[in-house]
Amino acid sequence: MIPAANIKTLKIDDQDVSARSDETILEVARQNNIFIPRLCELKGLSTLGACRLCLVEIKGSTKLLPACVTRVEEGMDVTTHSERLDRYRRAILELLFTERNHVCSVCVSNGHCELQSLTQRLKITHVHFPYRYPVTDVDASHERFIVDHNRCILCSRCVRVCDEVEGAHTWDVMGRGIDAKVITDMNQPWGSSETCTTCGKCVHVCPTGALSEKGRSVAEMLKRRQFLPYLTLMREDRE
Amino acid sequence: MTPEELEQISQSEQEAQSRIPHRVNVCVAAGCLSCQSQSVKDALDKEITRRGWEGECQTKGVGCMGLCAEGPLVSTDANAMYKHVGVADAPEILDSIDGAPLERLICPTDIPFFTRQNKIVLENSGIIDAERIEDYIGLRGYGSLIKVLTEMTPAEVIQEVTKSGLRGRGGAGYPTGLKWSTVAKASGKVKYVVCNADEGDPGAFMDRSVLESDPHRVLEGMLIGGYAVGASEGFIYVRAEYPLAIKRLKTAIRQAERLGLLGANICGTRFNFRIDLRLGAGAFVCGEETALIASVEGKRGTPRPRPPYPAQEGLFGEPTLINNVETFANIPPIIRNGGEWLARIGTEKSKGTKVFALAGRVQNTGLVEVSMGVTLREIVFEIGGGIPDGKRFKAVQTGGPSGGCLPADVLDMPVDYESLTKAGSIMGSGGMIVMDESSCMVDVAKYFMDFCMTESCGKCVPCRVGTYQMNRLLGKITSLSADATDIAMLNELCELLKNTSLCGLGQSAPNPVLSTMRSFAEEYEAHVEEGRCPAGVCKSPQNPVNP
Repeated sequence: MIPAANIKTLKIDDQDVSARSDETILEVARQNNIFIPRLCELKGLSTLGACRLCLVEIKGSTKLLPACVTRVEEGMDVTTHSERLDRYRRAILELLFTERNHVCSVCVSNGHCELQSLTQRLKITHVHFPYRYPVTDVDASHERFIVDHNRCILCSRCVRVCDEVEGAHTWDVMGRGIDAKVITDMNQPWGSSETCTTCGKCVHVCPTGALSEKGRSVAEMLKRRQFLPYLTLMREDRE
Repeated sequence: MTPEELEQISQSEQEAQSRIPHRVNVCVAAGCLSCQSQSVKDALDKEITRRGWEGECQTKGVGCMGLCAEGPLVSTDANAMYKHVGVADAPEILDSIDGAPLERLICPTDIPFFTRQNKIVLENSGIIDAERIEDYIGLRGYGSLIKVLTEMTPAEVIQEVTKSGLRGRGGAGYPTGLKWSTVAKASGKVKYVVCNADEGDPGAFMDRSVLESDPHRVLEGMLIGGYAVGASEGFIYVRAEYPLAIKRLKTAIRQAERLGLLGANICGTRFNFRIDLRLGAGAFVCGEETALIASVEGKRGTPRPRPPYPAQEGLFGEPTLINNVETFANIPPIIRNGGEWLARIGTEKSKGTKVFALAGRVQNTGLVEVSMGVTLREIVFEIGGGIPDGKRFKAVQTGGPSGGCLPADVLDMPVDYESLTKAGSIMGSGGMIVMDESSCMVDVAKYFMDFCMTESCGKCVPCRVGTYQMNRLLGKITSLSADATDIAMLNELCELLKNTSLCGLGQSAPNPVLSTMRSFAEEYEAHVEEGRCPAGVCKSPQNPVNP
């Protein structure tokens, strides 16, 4: 039984909604079919607030707040879409495209990529910032999986799922700023990792084609994310 | 340790000092040490021994005397200060100790650099030996702690700090009393006190100097903070690039523990407190409080979104009081003299004093502590002695990579948190870099953007990629190959970073660009439209590659 005081009512895009006090704006919006773009958040993983796509406006606050980590409050008035918010979101997505080498036409995830579909949904047709064209590597040393850093957006979903759900903590982030990259173990080839259990969870939570299964060709890599909420639910039940 | 015992140490220290009629203080803080002040001190010691003056004259290694540009600095009890002292000058200095000061080396102490300062945080700097706790106790050190533990409730301590109007000296200027009372009210099994000594702004060395010159003052401030908020454990997060500060802090902690001023049942009360050091590995972003906490916890030093603020959920998820070195250093005098005493100094909204590290194109580079509300002109031209080599003043940069460049027309503005913010910069931790006409402001903006780019942690997209793109655009302007679309893009990125970055580093990274674009628009125009750099700093590359 939830105490009445823990139920909050608020407005998201002029729609009256109710929520538990421990829920975030993004969770409540999702329950009410209100779309807020995001890339680093994934249901079943801890939140990070890093991609900055889910920033929303809250009446009375001069700051934009990330919907994935901001808890609901009584009487909140949230705006999820405005000219300014969408402009910022488009710029952030464009920056992601310029950062590494995202070439959809040759990507295993073409057509099933969260970065790509979000870009289409926000009606981005061009990238007006100059591309960086970095030289990044591909690690295909693992028997079943490939990591292609050209397509990585550093959302760190793989890091979190490996640590929080699988418990292996094979993945982590190395380096700083523009040089940051995800690594396995102490920056060893994935194939020689002693902690990796080859469970494949990282591959399936990856929003882009950065992590994929071997043997997939262009557009063939479909990701199954349903396992994660299901797994969380089952574990909660057992507890 | 009881109040009586402390008093006894204080008296015996004062007696011991008064038995020796003459004293020669040699600065052994990092600035003077780097120009061989230790050998000067050794030479003086040797000369004293040779003359058999041990009972009459003693040397003392003291902290920073402020005028770092003129080091090594030596002062005698006759109130004479000598600059640029070399090993060979030792006999002459000793000769002059009874009579007239040595004219050849004298550094006048009646110049504005010294007379215009108001020393509260630095009151003991240049006077006490940082490696002897007795020296600190002899100057009323740890008296505030005893007073707090024996006469005041935690609520009264917080009230006193609130009354003083003290605001965080780390940069943002959050009211210290409010922060303390929030942590005191927060509920948690344990609470922590953290001292942020990860001073990373280019050109800033205030905190280093306080830690090297008077480490016990910071420990005492933390102890009082711990008592006020109900914490029993403290951490000092100090950057590993400060080996001398670390060494002196370690010594100070050991000495305080030995005297029972740190540890269990301090002064016979139920108050327990221990302090540990944590060394930073050179990441600027770890000065941001949530990144600092992650780093202390042994994790990767990246910030996280706030709220929850550290006051509610900080170190190891518990309520945590985080203050800067200088903030803690202000606490003992506030307790000693009362909150109202500090509230009388400064301006309406910014109380007390601020330590600035004066650097760049200014005569007297060094460390100065001034009352809030003095003007930039007074700091740069009177205290700083103006611009050397007859050059013209161009700008003063405050607040490091998060701050801005202030032009000549705001020189008469009082220095306080609000005025600096209004003028497009910030107070910051206290770095103050003076620039003359030979500096190109676009080049300066590029320098700071390059700094932000390399120091970005890479967690959030706008800062990670945005600083890269901005740095690239500024590089294009400084290589005289930019056009109007580049300026538009630069403006767009400034707005994006300011509004969407996760932490203060990204949010304030555009500040140096925005402030120079506003105050020195004509320089940007000259670079872009005329393809020339007015200061002659930026040059077009010989073979322009497609940028």
